[in-house]
Amino acid sequence: MNSQPPPFTNVKSYVPFRGPCDPCPPIGRKYFSTPPSLYLGFQPPGLPQFSPADALRKGTLWKVFYDYYDNPYRKGAGKPRG
Amino acid sequence: MWTYEKKLQYPVKVSTCNPTLAKYLMEQYGGADGELAAALRYMNQRYTIPDKVIGVLNDIATEEFAHLEMIATMIYKLTKDATPQQLRDAGLAEHYVSHDSALFYNNAAGVPFTAAYIQAKGDPIADLYEDIAAEEKARATYQWLIDVSDDPDLNDSLRFLREREVVHSQRFREAVEILKDERDQKKVF
Amino acid sequence: MDKPYPNDYYKQLEEIQAADFVLVELTLYLDTHPDDGQAIGQYNQFAQYSKQLKRAFESQFGPLQQGSLNSSPNVWEWSKSPWPWQI
Repeated sequence: MNSQPPPFTNVKSYVPFRGPCDPCPPIGRKYFSTPPSLYLGFQPPGLPQFSPADALRKGTLWKVFYDYYDNPYRKGAGKPRG
Repeated sequence: MWTYEKKLQYPVKVSTCNPTLAKYLMEQYGGADGELAAALRYMNQRYTIPDKVIGVLNDIATEEFAHLEMIATMIYKLTKDATPQQLRDAGLAEHYVSHDSALFYNNAAGVPFTAAYIQAKGDPIADLYEDIAAEEKARATYQWLIDVSDDPDLNDSLRFLREREVVHSQRFREAVEILKDERDQKKVF
Repeated sequence: MDKPYPNDYYKQLEEIQAADFVLVELTLYLDTHPDDGQAIGQYNQFAQYSKQLKRAFESQFGPLQQGSLNSSPNVWEWSKSPWPWQI
């Protein structure tokens, strides 16, 4: 058995309960975010930073907080990024 | 006091004339979890919180006003040249008959802003936990806005605002840790 | 607005936005990490840099802040240049 744990992602999902009389076709999975601020604890000093231009574009000076979001339900959307 | 800087915190670009998106964005303008609610909440709570964390509330509140200006800019750009018919097609007829294309502190469903959206309990932990929740709710609202928006330039600005909620949440969580810390408490038995 | 602003206007403005964003981030960080001397050093460095960028921008495109110099003796430049939501 060489099963590795799945890679970490900040996008979690679950399959909602399916009742026998639900009128809409199933959406499949429901997605939600668990952003980095939930895990870091008190920020340690000296963490790696983005350049000023990149920091503005990404919305955070510190790389550890960067958490790109895209619509997970869009057709053709790639797998949610970690 | 505050002084004004004649610039947005982050560039706002809109690629399509789409008043429907303006209607959705009103959720972050005058909605329960919007930027106005956030700014007013933190600005008001700062008077009754330990000195060690006043700065966090003061400075995040100030940044929220800059976000309010970004949201206003988006709504303004998405509606400024729209005809009454276009606004009607976007579900903004009710807005138009009361406000023309003026901005107003409504949520996406047209419900006017109320101070009842926010709280100041006077208990530092209760207030900071409300602030953390407010950041997570605003983050979620930005996600749902990105989900229903198909304007790539607008989504770029919305992603910036969503990321700011993540960082603010971090700082409020740290504020809680600072207040939990016992280092400079003199225990008297 | 009569004519579109030159590309240089947007370029310089974004450089200012980037420098000021670093300041906003460091401010919030220092609010919870007031003893981080390295961050204070970086803050001071960017505070200087931002002032420098703004002085160059304002000499070309008008005042960004209340308290900035009005370089024309008879035109009130503050309300002459466009507002952030107009550009």
